[in-house]
Amino acid sequence: MAKIIKHKPSPGEPLSFLKEFTQARIAIGATGTSIPTTQSLAFKLAHAHARDAVYSVMDTELLADELMQFNLPVLHLHSQAISREQYLQRPDLGRLLDELSVNRLADQIENKGIVLILADGLSATAINQNAVELLKLLIPKLIAAKVKLAPLCLVVQGRVAIGDGIAAELGASLSVILIGERPGLSAADSMGAYLTYAPKPGLRDDSRNCISNIRPEGLPVTVAADKLFYLIQEALSRKISGVALKDNEGLLSDK
Amino acid sequence: MYQHTILGKVYRFDSLRELLAKASPHRTGDVLAGLSAGSYEERVAAQITLADVLLTDFLNEAVIPYEEDEVTRLIIDTHDAEAFKLISSLTVGGLRDWLLLDETDTLILKSIENALTPEMAAAVSKIMRNQDLIAVAKKCEVVTKFRNTIGLKGHFATRLQPNHPTDDPRGIAASLIEGLLYGSGDACIGINPATDSPAAVLKIVMLIDQLREQFEIPTQSCVLSHITTTLELVNKGAPIDLCFQSIAGTQKANASFGISLSLLDEAYQATLSLNRGTMGNNVMYFETGQGSCLSANAHYGVDQQTCEARAYAVAKKFKPLLVNSVVGFIGPEYLYDGKQITRAALEDHFCGKLLGLPMGVDICYTNHAEADQDDMDNLLTLLGVAGCNFIMGIPGSDDIMLNYQSTSFHDALYLRKVLGLKPAPEFEAWLLRQGIMDENGNPAKGGPEALLNKTNSLWLK
Repeated sequence: MAKIIKHKPSPGEPLSFLKEFTQARIAIGATGTSIPTTQSLAFKLAHAHARDAVYSVMDTELLADELMQFNLPVLHLHSQAISREQYLQRPDLGRLLDELSVNRLADQIENKGIVLILADGLSATAINQNAVELLKLLIPKLIAAKVKLAPLCLVVQGRVAIGDGIAAELGASLSVILIGERPGLSAADSMGAYLTYAPKPGLRDDSRNCISNIRPEGLPVTVAADKLFYLIQEALSRKISGVALKDNEGLLSDK
Repeated sequence: MYQHTILGKVYRFDSLRELLAKASPHRTGDVLAGLSAGSYEERVAAQITLADVLLTDFLNEAVIPYEEDEVTRLIIDTHDAEAFKLISSLTVGGLRDWLLLDETDTLILKSIENALTPEMAAAVSKIMRNQDLIAVAKKCEVVTKFRNTIGLKGHFATRLQPNHPTDDPRGIAASLIEGLLYGSGDACIGINPATDSPAAVLKIVMLIDQLREQFEIPTQSCVLSHITTTLELVNKGAPIDLCFQSIAGTQKANASFGISLSLLDEAYQATLSLNRGTMGNNVMYFETGQGSCLSANAHYGVDQQTCEARAYAVAKKFKPLLVNSVVGFIGPEYLYDGKQITRAALEDHFCGKLLGLPMGVDICYTNHAEADQDDMDNLLTLLGVAGCNFIMGIPGSDDIMLNYQSTSFHDALYLRKVLGLKPAPEFEAWLLRQGIMDENGNPAKGGPEALLNKTNSLWLK
């Protein structure tokens, strides 16, 4: 039995005592029947952050520099969506590699390891801020566990399923794509991680496992790295991913 | 085979399906599906061609084969040939002109609800301007009842939507109480659960039901779980007022939602049998939205607006209390910007009303669409003028569970004020009785304090 005990109402905003129970925009007051100026502009600012995140650009140069610490080749790739406007209207193009990228991948020696991919998705900001921090924790675990790693891939204008084509070109056995999630008003820097065993073009989302809301105020990279490492090991040993893998009790159940 | 020649150029359309798609006002979803007109001229050529198509043609050429699709079968089998006689000689263009006639009033429009197929409604909407869609919809009146009366002219309701990302009962209750004190919730108190399990859903059902009984609120509750979850709860005798389900316009798309007409009917009959309505027994709440068939890869080459109208045939079979087009939720690959969202919302509201449905609209957008609150303000005002039955009421427009923006409690008060609209009559009486609103529909001074003083604490399970 949960219970809300009333406190003495504060003058002007009798419902302010309810604020502690939810992040929803309650008890914001009214001028006439409209939302007061401060609250109205606070909302606009949150939306502005979300919009800026959608149009943010992946800092591929800086990311490539930072990725050098892992001593793995870094491949720069691009989807068939030529602009953000097209990316938003044609999700199908964001799932396909452009010709240059396909050629770049074809030049690589086939690798049976796992491929780690960074893609901008709907918030490059999320990748710029969270991806390397996560990899710093994840890659040492993988190396310690003697998991073979394919080249690291940076994809511009990419959607989740583009990882399938990349993995297939590289001959990878498993893919993990770190991708910017659709920004909300409360967070514009959420990163998602999608894991796919035996990735190949044409797979549906139910063959993947997802860890979402990775950001300092959401799921911290420390926890995300543990979850991902656990999932990767499970996927490799059971040779599956997706709904079937999720059914297994484990680290995921505490989410 | 349909064709039209413009300046020596012949435009051919192989089927009614193709003609409808090419005549559709531009939207990204139809481009994504590869169905839209290739040029401005081709689109208008298709519209001119469509205007000359006889309504009877729609009875002879199904856009999705009768044998393959139970929604098509439902449409054809429930068509009212007797009522159709009044308009049977008309073309699509003639229907538009007829709908706009002053003589074509509320009663006459009511008489053709079952004479029009969804495809006819969709077709005529494609050659109508936004103004036409509003003018005709305003003439329609669709009234439904459960514990109050929704859809009366001059009235306008809201679904109070106090969602919480983890279904925390106190978090839900906090938003719910705030909403009630803003006069929101006459359409229903409807919560999208974060977890779709019978146990989790039952907790929320009990929470709303208890609150509703404690304050004797003349409204109905709904937890928007999958229909199989609701059915399980109904069969266990849980206090379910409304049974919810998302629906679409093809059998295949519905299958992707895990539903069929027979499953819907089973849940409808079960919910009816609880007999919880006091004013009437409209027990279903449906949500729809353009793009769902394409998203499920189940559109059969039919444009997204025609698919949407077909979903209304599904809804109509079960005499719903509320039908809600969640217009901007699906994202920019289907409806790119404020212009497309606005157009789609007016089409959906018009088609639904014309077919006799209690249409509401979730006036909304996501952060990757080219839209903002100004677009929603415009659409809200247009739909208010058009006589939309209900909209959503969400704290500060920001749904922290579904991560999208819809209309706020404040927005509903704005609309009631500028258009002189009132809540559902029974709910309005309750608001007055509780001292929450005054006779002019404004929040009463000291109203919240008065209500909160009536109880020492808000008990929540």
